[in-house]
Amino acid sequence: MRRMEEVVGRARAAFNSGRSRPLEFRLQQLRNLERMVQEKEREIVAAIGADLHKCGHNAYSHEIMGVLGELALAMDKLPSWAAPRPVRRNLLTLRDEAYINPEPLGVVLVMGAWNYPFVLVVQPLIGAIAAGNAVVVKPSEVSEHTSQLIADILPQYLDQELYPVVTGGVPETTELLTQRFDHIIYTGSSAVGKIVMAAAAKHLTPVTLELGGKSPCYIDTDCDLAVACRRITWGKYMNCGQTCIAPDYILCHPSIQSQVVENIKATLREFYGEDVKKCPDYERIINKRHFKRIMSLLEGQKIAYGGETDEASCFIAPTILTDVSAESKVMEEEIFGPVLPILSVKNVDEAIEFINRREKPLALYVFSNDKKVIKRVISETSSGGVTGNDVIMHFFLATLPFGGVGNSGMGAYHGKHSFDTFSHHRSCLIKDLKMESTNAVRYPPITDKKLGWAKFFLLKRFNKGRMGLIVLTLLGIVAAVVIKVS
Amino acid sequence: MEHTGQPMDGEAGTAAGDDGGMSENPYAGLVSRLREAWLSRRTRSLEYRMAQLEALGRFLEEKKEDILEATALDMRKPPFEAEFSEVLLCKNELNEALNNLPRWMKDKHVDKNLATQLDSAFIRKDPYGVVLIIGPWNYPIYLLLVPLIGAIAAGNCVIIKPSELTKNSEKLMEEVLPKYLDKDCFAVVTAGVEETTRLLENKFDYIFFTGSPSVGRIVMSAAAKHLTPVTLELGGKNPCYVSDTCDVQNVARRLAWGRFFNAGQTCVAPDYVLCSVEMQERLVPALREAITEFYGPEPRNSPDFARIVGDKQFQRVRALLSSGRVAIGGQTDEKERYVAPTVLVDVKPSDPAMQEEIFGPLLLIITVANMDEAVDFINSRERPLVVYAFSSDSEEVNQVLERTSSGGFCGNDTLMHVTLTSLPFGGIGSSGLGMYHGQFTFDTFTHHRGCLQRATGLEPINTLRYPPYSTHKMGLVRTATSIKRRGECLLL
Repeated sequence: MRRMEEVVGRARAAFNSGRSRPLEFRLQQLRNLERMVQEKEREIVAAIGADLHKCGHNAYSHEIMGVLGELALAMDKLPSWAAPRPVRRNLLTLRDEAYINPEPLGVVLVMGAWNYPFVLVVQPLIGAIAAGNAVVVKPSEVSEHTSQLIADILPQYLDQELYPVVTGGVPETTELLTQRFDHIIYTGSSAVGKIVMAAAAKHLTPVTLELGGKSPCYIDTDCDLAVACRRITWGKYMNCGQTCIAPDYILCHPSIQSQVVENIKATLREFYGEDVKKCPDYERIINKRHFKRIMSLLEGQKIAYGGETDEASCFIAPTILTDVSAESKVMEEEIFGPVLPILSVKNVDEAIEFINRREKPLALYVFSNDKKVIKRVISETSSGGVTGNDVIMHFFLATLPFGGVGNSGMGAYHGKHSFDTFSHHRSCLIKDLKMESTNAVRYPPITDKKLGWAKFFLLKRFNKGRMGLIVLTLLGIVAAVVIKVS
Repeated sequence: MEHTGQPMDGEAGTAAGDDGGMSENPYAGLVSRLREAWLSRRTRSLEYRMAQLEALGRFLEEKKEDILEATALDMRKPPFEAEFSEVLLCKNELNEALNNLPRWMKDKHVDKNLATQLDSAFIRKDPYGVVLIIGPWNYPIYLLLVPLIGAIAAGNCVIIKPSELTKNSEKLMEEVLPKYLDKDCFAVVTAGVEETTRLLENKFDYIFFTGSPSVGRIVMSAAAKHLTPVTLELGGKNPCYVSDTCDVQNVARRLAWGRFFNAGQTCVAPDYVLCSVEMQERLVPALREAITEFYGPEPRNSPDFARIVGDKQFQRVRALLSSGRVAIGGQTDEKERYVAPTVLVDVKPSDPAMQEEIFGPLLLIITVANMDEAVDFINSRERPLVVYAFSSDSEEVNQVLERTSSGGFCGNDTLMHVTLTSLPFGGIGSSGLGMYHGQFTFDTFTHHRGCLQRATGLEPINTLRYPPYSTHKMGLVRTATSIKRRGECLLL
């Protein structure tokens, strides 16, 4: 499989040529990418539709809109993101230039996932291009239509050597991971995340891992249940539950459980009509393997609503489970399907305790009219991100870093955070060769006097006012004179 | 307390049942004890963290002489170097944290888009949990304490593993440091290679490692098993380009200072010089003068020159002397582990000294035709922790900066970029990943959690995102989208 070595080698040679570094080049590539999304919108929507039975509206709002937003943001802000960032200097470096220079890392590997097969590959790509890198793009083979489309259209719009697309399954991916990259961003499962990080460790390659987990959703007794349940229904069943930040399970007081169920039922009917199977706005499970996986989670569960399935079309109706036990199979793994378990907790303390006993999730949701309750839940738990009184939405604010913690991942991206993730922040200190006298305090042979001056120049006092340049120069001269004289 | 390889928590053995059926990991008990302390939320409040940091400050004040003595015994570190690097620089970082912690801890509010105008959007600074800091032997206090300061400031519980090669410093950390810190939340573990391997089998929420690239790979592989994020501060060969247009004597002094500080055992020391043949002719006598100025005619007798840390390292450095030609120094004494401040010239890329990071008081000079050749030379090798360039022509310095890649860059001096707490310190490629110092240490040990708090009112706005979809809704969404050419992610 020398093919991987060749592709990555070509990308590295292209990067080493330096052509991906000028801002104008990066902006040009981003403009081309934007054109691609605009000109090929129909094909992209069709491919996503073929993979996930997704309607045009959803394909646009879930995937294309986000990509266009990121592109516009990157193109607008790139000059300011890429500019050197001056830093505060100390007494000794007051005359010097000190700044952080954002630089490209080199060759970045983007590994996409199948659930949002377009945006999860293109959004990291945007950040990596903006930061000046070469990028090897590896879409998920599970979403085969979108993967093939990306392989077809990306080379038509972007520099083919710098941004190659690699397709294939497990063997090809394994081979790809033996190559050396300067950053790897992977979106997918925790199990494969470990494999990716282990492969990266061999080359000391930094990684961003966007993984998953069971994102809990706590519904307080004091909240507008109708609104809460609408929002939860939207976030849970979009993409047929195959969303890394979907509310995985609900925690609420048993007294409101039936109300929650009724509200969700009513919302589902409002969203998808009486016959959800016929509704064009409802997606399907990606393949038979996942279909079977989700089916097995339903075994022995009390189905309060839904439960209809059709293997041939990988259809699973929006389903609600009640009186779920914490030890059951459905509570062991990330559901990634349209099945919503509801578990009972007596109060917010129990909810917090329940959440903290489990792996840190990618997202956490809490619904309450009482701001104090929301504050408590956020402060006393840990998760990748949080949305209070809604679901999913923190994903769409580009100024918030999007990423996991613990088992749900490491690193973050979106907006400027993408640019920073794919950049090396090189610290730069430029002194001049004059002013040697101030340096004298540090050279051996050391005397107590020298030590005293060194301390004075270096020891950071509690900030009370600043010294002027003139005073510094004077001090330097004085120090040099004193040391020479003694 | 005399045993190596045993958890220093003062409790006997491991906690029963914590590791389930797996073979007992000797540190499982310690880790779970710290995790319990972490879950008690004691480390979260600002007051607690400030108190612990202030205690660290007292440690540096009260135990300064002990630190100087320990490092003197370990590697004959000159008192000035020890006070400067192991105490002063730590104090700087400590004061930086004490001055700014309230601000660092605050939720960072972020700009919102149109859809979230009425919401609260902020980044919450969450501690990770139980973190592990593994220190190296060359600056055994400094390189352990600076990450520790950040880890405490960020609200974590910490297990500290000092280097077993610097026995006196290790003992100081093991016996004295715990007297100043909360024993439930901070533990010092002494361990050799084998025990450290076992330590790494446990799950930590962050691992901070300073050391060699080869061990860095081992640490990251161990971390991968638990999906533990890491910062690796590694090393490499730091090149130093010296232009023909420069004040040779000043360059020589700054070069010599950076190279021979701590007898060359500094990860950011200039490793080799690239200059023209003409410059080499002028640099060697200038270096000779600087060395004599610093250490006298017999550096062995100077109290300001350190020794190699151990016999193995001494033999390794001595073997590198057979590279090029000795222009200055070259003397060694095995008993003292003394290697004289040495300058080797006519060094070839194939020489032993060019195959590994020197980490000793040998300054190599390799001649190149011009700056382009120097840049090509640098770029054909692994990316180092720092690139140095000396020139009176600032354009030349900038050229070297722009055409190379490294962890950091310092023009016209050596080592000093490390002392500025506002500059992030870290490597790239095989010289490391991640960065720290100042607020960057706090950020390293913090999970930046994106939080959006929405209002429950204004539900009608959300209707645009709910099914059933229609061409009408689609049109509205598109129109809303097309407004955002200013880079604003719009209405959903």
